[in-house]
Amino acid sequence: MLNPDAKLSDKVFSDDIPQASTRDGFGAGVVEAGRNDSRIVVLCADLKESTRAEAFEKEFPERFVEMGVAEQNMATVAAGMAAAGKIPFIASYACFSPGRNYEQIRTTIALNAVPVKVCGMHAGVSVGPDGATHQMLEDIGMMRMLPGMTVIVPGDAEEARKVVVAAAVTDGPVYIRFGRADTPVFTTSETPFQIGKALVLWKPEDGGRKPEVAILATGSLSYSTLCAARALAGDGVETLVLHCPTVKPLDREAVLEAARRAGRVITVEEHQTAGGFGSAVCELLAEHHPIPVRRLGVADRFGQSGTPSELLAHYGLDAFHIAETVRALL
Amino acid sequence: MALTDEQARSLEKHAEAIRETIITMLVAAGSGHTAGPLGMADILVALYFHILKHDPKRPDWPERDRLVLSNGHICPVLYAAMAHAGYFPVEECLTLRKFNSRLQGHPERLRLPGLETTSGPLGEGLSQAAGMAYALKNLQPTTYNLQPRIYCLMSDAEQQEGNTWEAAMFAGKNRLAGLTAIMDRNNIQIDGMTEDVMPLEPLAGKYRAFNWHVLEVNGNDLSAFVAVVDEAKAIYEKPTLILAHTIPGKGVPEIEGDYHWHGKPPTKEEGERFLKQIRHA
Repeated sequence: MLNPDAKLSDKVFSDDIPQASTRDGFGAGVVEAGRNDSRIVVLCADLKESTRAEAFEKEFPERFVEMGVAEQNMATVAAGMAAAGKIPFIASYACFSPGRNYEQIRTTIALNAVPVKVCGMHAGVSVGPDGATHQMLEDIGMMRMLPGMTVIVPGDAEEARKVVVAAAVTDGPVYIRFGRADTPVFTTSETPFQIGKALVLWKPEDGGRKPEVAILATGSLSYSTLCAARALAGDGVETLVLHCPTVKPLDREAVLEAARRAGRVITVEEHQTAGGFGSAVCELLAEHHPIPVRRLGVADRFGQSGTPSELLAHYGLDAFHIAETVRALL
Repeated sequence: MALTDEQARSLEKHAEAIRETIITMLVAAGSGHTAGPLGMADILVALYFHILKHDPKRPDWPERDRLVLSNGHICPVLYAAMAHAGYFPVEECLTLRKFNSRLQGHPERLRLPGLETTSGPLGEGLSQAAGMAYALKNLQPTTYNLQPRIYCLMSDAEQQEGNTWEAAMFAGKNRLAGLTAIMDRNNIQIDGMTEDVMPLEPLAGKYRAFNWHVLEVNGNDLSAFVAVVDEAKAIYEKPTLILAHTIPGKGVPEIEGDYHWHGKPPTKEEGERFLKQIRHA
């Protein structure tokens, strides 16, 4: 059953659930953050429409900085601005930022410990037709290895808005990962969000019953996971779905609690199975509660052109494949 | 304002003392870079003892001028100048590159008050300096002459990094007149002479094409350097590049101009010999 405390959308399982992209949430959130704090500036590398940074430019033209196609400079200029008292958000595609400017982020933002918020758009295979070059699948791993870096993957546009607002008031650097495609907006303004906290979306109908498996997901695939859980419940298979927008710091208590209750875990992410969210979960469980874990993601492959739904199905990341994975485990 | 003779003599004394400290700290460290720090000693002295608006007792003073060292590997000269200027005891220079030292092999902002950034990986300082200049110029309504000035020290070889030119483009576009970049044009890099490894010239023409004001100076002439920085302050429309021609290893005649001294320290015996040469220069 849906966790009532998650206060999800009334339309969570209707066909007409509103759709928006998490990058839309970036646009809304960064404008909100900009209203809250005049130190917020937005830097963009020639992608202001598709990153939604132009929403900020429209309201705060004097605080929007067009960098041209120069992601290395964008990261390092932002580091300098942060050292001079600003709170910069830098926006480009994840394959370029942090893909191209990783060393700049490492040295001048992470090691320098300045509050730059790196916003990687168009992550995952759901970018669609652009193909493998633009489908970033390694960014969570790259960024979560950096000391002091917070890493967040919002589940939908509404949560993305909250993430951006929260990142703006967080000391230190933050990486936020966004997607291109419209996805169901299943959370509401009432849904709790706090950096570092996971959220139970689905749990067994009977509160005392042990779930067959705990499915831990991050990003918009949490919605696909929720749909899989509902389908499985229809077949009498009870699961626990834990949405983990913050990959670092991982909500250790919630992950361990879910693992203890279910006894086996599946992780779901639109990222390489190596190094990402599933790896973070495995690292925690290996040391504190070693149990079987199955990681769903893109397994040591690059993406390719296609529609988002074709690609998510191809890589085994849609609700159908998530449910199949659960059944295969039983 | 041009230096008086007395000021010039005083700065020269500081430069000699800083060169001695550089040799002493490198011998103690047993690793590190020798040629660049010696070549840049005069410029660091001019900055810390005459040009910069700064207060060693208040390294986080918001209105201070910023000195961004992009080529972090020449940090012995930065540390020596900061120590002699009063940021920390000169004896602490002997901890360079040692465990638990605030004087890391490449500078780390969080470890030592007074450092404006963390550096070492090349080609990143000009961007950060430009970001600071932009934040202080375009984003804060302060009077131009009261704004902190941003100085970026960079090497010539790091002009081979693409990031540098992205920064040059950005600073030119935004007319960051508060930004003065000072390039240590000493013509050497690890693998040889810059013009053999990867030619950089015409550097002045390149920066002019990126909409910078370019000045050239003998970087080992204190009075000339101070004068050229004054000239840069009078340029209100553009960022300024000072192409400072320096002699790597300056002050130690037996190593002057020798690229082999880019990345190694003197042995104890060499150190003693170098110190004598510095004192007799």
